[in-house]
Amino acid sequence: MTRHLFDVFIALACITLLTLALASPVRADDKLARGKYLVTVAGCNDCHTPWKVGAQGPEPDMSRMLSGHPEGMVLPAAPKPVGPWLVAAAATNTAWSGPWGVSYTANLTPDRDTGLGKWTLRNFVETIRTGRHMGRGRPILPPMPIPMYKHFTDADLEAIYTYLQSIPAIKNRVPDPLPPGEVQASAR
Amino acid sequence: MRALLVLILALTAQAAAALPERLADTGLDEARSLAFTPQYPLWSDGTAKRRWLALPPGASIDATRPDAWQFPAGTKAWKEFSYGGRKIETRFIERTAAGAWRFAAYVWNAEGTEARLAPAEGATLPVADAPGGRYAVPSRTDCLACHEGAPVPILGFSALQLAADLSRFSKVLKNLSGEAPRIPVASPETRAALGYLHANCGHCHNDSGPLAGLGLVLSQPAAGAAPADPTVLLARMQHRNPLLRMPPLGVRVPHAEGAALVARWIAFHKESHP
Repeated sequence: MTRHLFDVFIALACITLLTLALASPVRADDKLARGKYLVTVAGCNDCHTPWKVGAQGPEPDMSRMLSGHPEGMVLPAAPKPVGPWLVAAAATNTAWSGPWGVSYTANLTPDRDTGLGKWTLRNFVETIRTGRHMGRGRPILPPMPIPMYKHFTDADLEAIYTYLQSIPAIKNRVPDPLPPGEVQASAR
Repeated sequence: MRALLVLILALTAQAAAALPERLADTGLDEARSLAFTPQYPLWSDGTAKRRWLALPPGASIDATRPDAWQFPAGTKAWKEFSYGGRKIETRFIERTAAGAWRFAAYVWNAEGTEARLAPAEGATLPVADAPGGRYAVPSRTDCLACHEGAPVPILGFSALQLAADLSRFSKVLKNLSGEAPRIPVASPETRAALGYLHANCGHCHNDSGPLAGLGLVLSQPAAGAAPADPTVLLARMQHRNPLLRMPPLGVRVPHAEGAALVARWIAFHKESHP
């Protein structure tokens, strides 16, 4: 009986390995398309692309796609929270105030000085997995949904990274975040 | 074939084996382990620290590469953190039979008689002597953040860190050659500052780890020094915004003595290069 089980185990292992070996390799354009799809449906543009008021109301300004909080934007101090209204967001959706302080959404374009241009795939994956910049720096602040996004598969994160490295680079130096209690800031 | 499969399964099982629930079961034996003190210690909010290393019987460390000693499977290292004589936690690193590294933290009870495994996501403890009365036990991913950024996960047991004491460990070091390494700069001020930066920043900011692309190298290869712009470093060490202060992990209170070392180095530079 033991021998039989062992043989079944070996057969299954061989089938699995054969399936993996024969599986079509992911083509680069597939990865790019998958990354674009994931970035689109995962809502990255909701916060990382500044919003503007268009003919139909608020909409992401795709001329600044995924470039984060505009560096030249002057903001007054964030409103004080009242009752259950703990969180406030700027009209661009790129600046957020809450119990964590004030956070500004990052420039995800491949600009080398102000975006992700110098980031490796490992840097990107470790950022999402750990919730720390490049896996070892300061914490990524709300509203970035790290608790959900950290469950992306490695393949999905690689596709997202590949797509983000392919979009137009936009030079935009996003302000540093502010700690709780520091209300001035926002202007650079 | 069957023997190979059994071996693979055995190695996999060990790598995935649960960490011991009690520190006592990790094998720490202070009397039999190698106690060591790095010459450039890591600042950890003023905690006192004790460190030990243990190797399997007859095993040794390959010291061929002075910046990346190779530790044998079965290597274990511990670091104990305490305030005012009260033990708070002991961190544990082990190299498994499969060659992987695993990390854990153990939290001591109030009597200091037993330490138990901390949650994988870390913990915050009420500790009167800690900054703000709160002590942060790192998560397992926090352990990796520092220990997997360097060429070797064991950070304080290296040629440079033990340079003044290498002969004491000669029995467990093989292929050790040359003189004890020394940061090759002329002034003691510069050497002290570079040593401090090596120990407190270099495990992430080096030229071989995941942050190599940043181009900021603060680690000290035993073979040479590569000073960076010290003004920026000092500003980040003392930044009043805790989100921007360096290092981002394991430190809540800026280290005045470390900042003074870097400030003296800057002053020395200005005098030397007016």
